[in-house]
Amino acid sequence: MRITCPHCGERDRREFYYQGDAVALARPAPDAGAQAWDDYLHNRDNPAGDTQDLWFHEAGCGAWIVVTRNTVTHAVADTKLAAMVKR
Amino acid sequence: MRLQAPENTVGFTFDGQRYRGVPGEPVAAALLAAGVRLVARSFKYHRPRGIMSAGSEEQNALVTVGRGAQAEPNVRATMLEVAEGLEVFSQNAWPSLKHDVMAVNDLASPFLGAGFYYKTFMWPKPFWEKLYEPVIRRAAGLGGLSGQPNKDRYEKAFAFCDLLIIGAGPAGLMAALTAGRAGADVILADEDTAMGGRLLREVEDIDGQPGADWAADAVAELAGMQNVRLMTRTTVTGAYDQGTFGALERVAGPRQARKPLECFWRIVAKHAILCAGALERPIAFPNNDRPGIMMAAAVRAYVNRWGVAPGKTVTVFGNHDDAHRTAHDLVAAGVKVAALIDSRDDVEIKADFPVYTGAQVIGTKGRHALESIAISHGGETREIRTDCLAMSGGWNPSVHLTCHMNRRPTWREEIASFVPTPEAVPGLMPAGACNGAFSTAACLQEGAAVAADLARDLGLKPKVTVPVADDGAYRITPLWAVPGKGRKWVDFQNDVHVKDIKLAAQENFCSVEHMKRYTTQGMAPDQGKSSNVLALAVLADATGRGISETGTTTFRPPFVPVSIASMGAGSQGKGFAPERLTTSHNASVARGAPMIEAGLWYRPSYFPRQGETHWRQSCDREVGHVRNAVGVCDVSTLGKIDIQGPDAAGLLDFVYTNMFSTLKVGRARYGLMLREDGHVMDDGTAARFGEQHFVMTTTTAAAGQVMRHLEFVLQVLRPDLDARIMSVTEQWAQFALAGPYSRTLLNTVLDDPIGGSDWPSMACGDVQVAGVTGRLFRISFSGEHAYELAVPARYGDSLFRLLVAQAESLGGGAYGMEALNVLRIEKGFITHAEIHGRTTAYDIGMERMISRKKDCIGQSAATRPGLVDQDRDQLVGLKAVGAVKQLTAGAFLFEQAAAPVRVNAQGYTTSVAYSPTLDAGLALGFLKRGRARHGEVIRMVDHLREIEAMVEVCDPVFFDPDGGRARG
Repeated sequence: MRITCPHCGERDRREFYYQGDAVALARPAPDAGAQAWDDYLHNRDNPAGDTQDLWFHEAGCGAWIVVTRNTVTHAVADTKLAAMVKR
Repeated sequence: MRLQAPENTVGFTFDGQRYRGVPGEPVAAALLAAGVRLVARSFKYHRPRGIMSAGSEEQNALVTVGRGAQAEPNVRATMLEVAEGLEVFSQNAWPSLKHDVMAVNDLASPFLGAGFYYKTFMWPKPFWEKLYEPVIRRAAGLGGLSGQPNKDRYEKAFAFCDLLIIGAGPAGLMAALTAGRAGADVILADEDTAMGGRLLREVEDIDGQPGADWAADAVAELAGMQNVRLMTRTTVTGAYDQGTFGALERVAGPRQARKPLECFWRIVAKHAILCAGALERPIAFPNNDRPGIMMAAAVRAYVNRWGVAPGKTVTVFGNHDDAHRTAHDLVAAGVKVAALIDSRDDVEIKADFPVYTGAQVIGTKGRHALESIAISHGGETREIRTDCLAMSGGWNPSVHLTCHMNRRPTWREEIASFVPTPEAVPGLMPAGACNGAFSTAACLQEGAAVAADLARDLGLKPKVTVPVADDGAYRITPLWAVPGKGRKWVDFQNDVHVKDIKLAAQENFCSVEHMKRYTTQGMAPDQGKSSNVLALAVLADATGRGISETGTTTFRPPFVPVSIASMGAGSQGKGFAPERLTTSHNASVARGAPMIEAGLWYRPSYFPRQGETHWRQSCDREVGHVRNAVGVCDVSTLGKIDIQGPDAAGLLDFVYTNMFSTLKVGRARYGLMLREDGHVMDDGTAARFGEQHFVMTTTTAAAGQVMRHLEFVLQVLRPDLDARIMSVTEQWAQFALAGPYSRTLLNTVLDDPIGGSDWPSMACGDVQVAGVTGRLFRISFSGEHAYELAVPARYGDSLFRLLVAQAESLGGGAYGMEALNVLRIEKGFITHAEIHGRTTAYDIGMERMISRKKDCIGQSAATRPGLVDQDRDQLVGLKAVGAVKQLTAGAFLFEQAAAPVRVNAQGYTTSVAYSPTLDAGLALGFLKRGRARHGEVIRMVDHLREIEAMVEVCDPVFFDPDGGRARG
């Protein structure tokens, strides 16, 4: 698997640390309530299709990256710096 | 039989017998030249088997190479190159290949059909695991492993290119020439020892010269191109995501010393062309597996390329025009052709040998080698004396790699074969025979056209010039299984025959996936490369469906067996777990300290002194040093993160539960870090060296996790914070100086000695150590008056030696992990044994450290009712009070009267130590409502080690509860 780091270019996936769903980007306000926090912390979709997840370029520049990829075809549609993704 | 005497031969052995072979030719060719027909016993029935093919698809001729630790089983004799001194052994036969006792299985074959063991060995149930399965496994099999560590060298490597061309037959060579001439960065890989594919094996012309000569010219031209890399002996084994391909290179070829045996490549290509050619398929006629029955094109390959006639009197049996070549090539080489048998009625063949059209082979004879065949022709049966039968049921395009991403191939009726489904693997285009284009002209044409298209994609300007070549049509009338009595083998490697497949269908395993698993067809090392299409056709016939409707099983990587040793090359031993060594490593080892792993780090367990025979003696002494004099311990493995910027304090406020913005410069503070889900992630100290400068320490284990976490916070959650972080773990060597004499010891190395009140508890700052600027922290993980002194790592070794020598002169010395652990347990300090990922701040009694004056990671979740429930397991100290003083970690806690079963468990122990200071067995653990139960005596039960002890619940701080010693 190859992932294009927005800083470093296309790299082998072994350079990256996989975190999980990009839901983690949208941290609720401290007082958002139990349901919002539960969704943020625990509830995840399991799509057959496009999904967005977080990868950390640990053996590279240290950037957190949002990867849009397809769980069926494994195609990577898009990679963005997590810092640049609008929330 | 050799057609011409070779110029140069070398000696090798097969089952101890000496043979001569031509260097570089396959062992299979040398054995055929020597008239060796029987080379193997089959997997299940131990049937005598001979060489069948001339390539990596070989089903029968699996051999073991070498002896002892270097013995390699299941090597295909068709791919193994002859070399001087090579030792080759047959497999799966005892006592010998000729007289194999287990051949009795063949006589019992009526009872051993597909799925026999599911039906036969049902009762009694426990016998399956203990008796039946071991016996079956011993009886059926392939080559064995030596059981010894493999001494052969293996490598892995990476390559990148614009265009990977898989296979160097006519299509591959033409594609490489077209793309290479246009300037593309090309890798051309072929599993053979030489490039040319079928051009090396056939008698046909390209542009008026022999095909092999044209191929040699093409290879020479490619070798001269800087932008083309030629990889022979390299099988591309798998197609993976984003243009990544796996490839296995047999580097050593004829096993040369000092070269790795194999190299596993990961090749990343912008585009790839599959020019893998096609595999000839067998015909299922009765007893079609005798030694001497071979694939027709393989016979041509041995005759044309290696100058070896696989028999003296050869018969050819096929259902398409291409098979006729074999007979003509044999005649041209001077080998007698007994007959050409074509199952089709509508063909006219002119030849000097007997020709039977509309005929079929219906039986064969010969125990260890083929002696004769029976054919049915015009309603009559005729016997033909022959020692070699060349068969061909047609060609199967090698579509395998196009199926590696779960797409199925498409059936093409006119060639009675599957071809790749377009765009089955992104970026991989098939060309030539693997795409169903069987003539040489069509292969050259497709190779050039596809390569030109891709070169244009790369922004190049390719020129297409295709040489003139044979353009014969491929005419075939499908022939799968011939009617008649006797077993008709389909999957030779796994001993599956037509009746097995019919039985599967009869028992309603009609889906191709079920049939495969029921019969094990396609599950041998060759993964059904040669047998799958035939098996499908038989299944389709048995179920009354069409072949395209029946579908295919999934071809998965690897295309050929890949040794785990090559895939894991470089990842064994230290390659698997690299060693991280502290600067005090050599000094510790020199003092005899056993080094123990802490993640990838190695740390001293204890420092034995003369007369000490047990680790506990050393450990107890070292604890005494710290409590009564002074001890020195390397704590460099703790994560150190340098944090700078206007919002450095803000960052710490956000990741720690407690406040750091209020911390004064020159002071350090203990910090607790939560995960967002409210559980404890890590703890440590952060020291403030300036308004905008902190140094954070993490635990050894969590250093990487905390670094990722801080990056996430800075990049994603709090981009408003202006701060930068950097791991400086390896840049600083840091030593703990702990004990009543720690300041005395410290002053022996400081340029400006410190006084009693200069460095109060939790002070930090720069100091001069022998002219070097270091950092000093007044922090304690032992409960004693203690410091941690850090210097740039290059001074770590000398400082450690100096500190230990000085400590010894003060009645102390170095201490290791065992003593460190005892000291911290006596003080109730937690480590990741306690903060193991399921504990909250509340559980460890630190919920008041979660500041309400600010937001922090984990704050919201930490307030969830379930995480502050008073019934939760809470951190407690446990002191052995009964006869048994030994406590163990991981044991369960029970009320005294309760039965020690899971439902009654009230908690568990996490860390244990014998405390020489208190002369008591101590433990830390978690107990339901533990904080309210101090003083209660409960039972600890370790079911695994069978240890039980009575323990008194108490505060986790066993020693010096008011902390006076550390502050004083």
